[in-house]
Amino acid sequence: MNKFWVIFTHTFMTRLKSKAFIWTTVISLVFVLGLTNIDRIMDQFGGDEKAAEVAVIDESGELFSGLEQQLSTQKDVVDIQQFDGTKEEAKQAVKDEEYKGYLHLSYNESNIPEAQYFANQIAENKVSGRLQQAIQQLKVAVATEKAGIDQGTIQQIYAPVAFEKVALQENAKTQEELNKARGLVYIMLFLLYMGVIMYGNMIAMDVAKEKSSRVMEILISSASPVKQMFGKILGIALLGVLQFGLILIVGYQSIKANMSDDGIGAFLGLSDLDMDTLIYSIVFFLLGYLLYATLAAMLGSLVSRIEDAQQLITPMTLMIVVVFMVAMFGLNAPDSTLITVTSYIPFFTPMVMFLRVGMLDVPFWEAGISILLLIATTIVLGIIGARIYRGGVLLYGKSSSLKDIKTAIQLSKKESS
Amino acid sequence: MTLSLHNVTKRFGSFTAVDQLSLQIPENQIFGFLGANGAGKTTTFRMILGLIDASEGHITWNNGAINYSKSHLIGYLPEERGLYPKLTVKDQLIYLGRLRGMNKSDIIKELDGWLERFNVPEYKNKKIEELSKGNQQKIQFISAVIHKPKLLILDEPFSGLDPVNVEVLKKAVINLKESGTSIVFSSHRMDHVEELCEHLCILHKGQPVVHGGLKDIKRSFGKKNVVVHADFDLNYLKDLPGVVTYKPSTEGCELQVESEQVAQDVFQALSGKGFVRTFDLEEPSLNDIFIEKVGDSYE
Repeated sequence: MNKFWVIFTHTFMTRLKSKAFIWTTVISLVFVLGLTNIDRIMDQFGGDEKAAEVAVIDESGELFSGLEQQLSTQKDVVDIQQFDGTKEEAKQAVKDEEYKGYLHLSYNESNIPEAQYFANQIAENKVSGRLQQAIQQLKVAVATEKAGIDQGTIQQIYAPVAFEKVALQENAKTQEELNKARGLVYIMLFLLYMGVIMYGNMIAMDVAKEKSSRVMEILISSASPVKQMFGKILGIALLGVLQFGLILIVGYQSIKANMSDDGIGAFLGLSDLDMDTLIYSIVFFLLGYLLYATLAAMLGSLVSRIEDAQQLITPMTLMIVVVFMVAMFGLNAPDSTLITVTSYIPFFTPMVMFLRVGMLDVPFWEAGISILLLIATTIVLGIIGARIYRGGVLLYGKSSSLKDIKTAIQLSKKESS
Repeated sequence: MTLSLHNVTKRFGSFTAVDQLSLQIPENQIFGFLGANGAGKTTTFRMILGLIDASEGHITWNNGAINYSKSHLIGYLPEERGLYPKLTVKDQLIYLGRLRGMNKSDIIKELDGWLERFNVPEYKNKKIEELSKGNQQKIQFISAVIHKPKLLILDEPFSGLDPVNVEVLKKAVINLKESGTSIVFSSHRMDHVEELCEHLCILHKGQPVVHGGLKDIKRSFGKKNVVVHADFDLNYLKDLPGVVTYKPSTEGCELQVESEQVAQDVFQALSGKGFVRTFDLEEPSLNDIFIEKVGDSYE
């Protein structure tokens, strides 16, 4: 069998069978299921909670009915009841937990409603918040009535303004499409970010482990570094596709089963996927992974001890964070110059160009150029990486730093300098 | 199938690790590679295997350079042992064996045979990290020879093993040679080299200081050892011309002399002094030659 396949299957199978992989996958799946079923879980806990009973002493004698009207739609959260007795008795009743809280309503000197709310604990905001909201509306009603403005005018003032954005360019995405695209792009960016960091780390660690256990010297005497590097990169890629695919399918099915069409599913644009965007997302995801994975393998081959691996790939991790931040910024300003320029820089392309094709109407040749640049960079990095890999695996030293790249290349040089 | 090195030089920056090394390593023999620490043995091995390229000169085996297309014919036991600590012996060797071009069923068959030979069949499904160092080394050795290589390179194969296991491994090495494998091995232990090798090379600071067949090397070295056991004081022998070293022992003394002629002089000097129980003229040991050639830098 071809050695590449031996390395590929070995990398894939040993990882697949490892406890660490099984557990992270199981935990991720539980997490995704929990997240997509969050409403149901909340209902389970909060379902039998009764409406909070609040005692009200209305000094004015006029405000209670108005407030009751305001809160009529929220009977299941707050239930206000007239309290016959003194303030002290009301407070005592709250202390005795007969009532959740006690609300004191009155007019101030300029005849505007004001209120005081007493409860054993005021950390909880749900009841007091609703009450405050209701009293605010009551106050507006009272004040405007005093000023002689009728309710119709008030509603007009508070109604949200009608503001519709319409794109004039023929192929530009409509408002609705944009919202959908934004959701999908967001998910893809996040997945790419997670994937590159997780699997990039995994590759660097794998290489570092082979180096620190010194098994590397036998390996490179049996198979060429290029085969080893790409066998490993692609083996872990398959693992990643499997893990992410599993999470995505479970998550998608769970969302579909739980949410109505206008739920989160529709918001994220999952209800009807745009084929172009989907294809682009796969292309950019794979190329982006390849680029960073090659970099990670190269860096991993430079360290002598596993502990140093983390340190050496930190710059790479930071770079991914920067790229991700730029892309996040781009979600709200996809046509800014920063986004346009960075979308051609290979390390940014997987996220930023994908953002552009997802959000804007980018001509195919623009995306094509960036993809070609990305592929070219990956190939160049692969060639350099293979040489560093070959020299790096024989390089054992106390300190591991980027300076070792030079030494590693020298070690693998064909000609003497 | 001879392995030849032609004027091979390797420089790392300004440091010359191997300097103008030319060797002919005959087929189907055990070739000993001796040298102090840092003499360039491992670098030479890595060049032979093609892991690093020579700065100058070239290495041929089978009328060509060693590259990955021949890796199924080559076995290598590196000085720095290394196996995957978390993998079982079986999984480990399946992976390494397949990388050497074997298929799975052959690997299992060979592995069972080797584990039996090393008296450790129970390790087959154990993880490497559970094994002792010496046993890990046996597994490492198996990984180097499981594919029946034509050329086997062993870098310090016996270091860290107890005498019983050294014997087991030595026997395995000899068996491999008899079944047609050419073996190059390096060691610090002169007795192992003397016992196993027909040809050898002593490397000092990257240069070969001694190279050839074991017997020729000893003969051309010239100096001989003389062991004398006698009842009288032998101290006066060290002042005889031609005596290089004098070492008193419990029963007499050991001398190193410049030639056989000096040994005769010593014999003459002894006669009539009293009862001599032993007079023995010995070939120099490889250890003597090594110390002479490499000097005090060797520990």
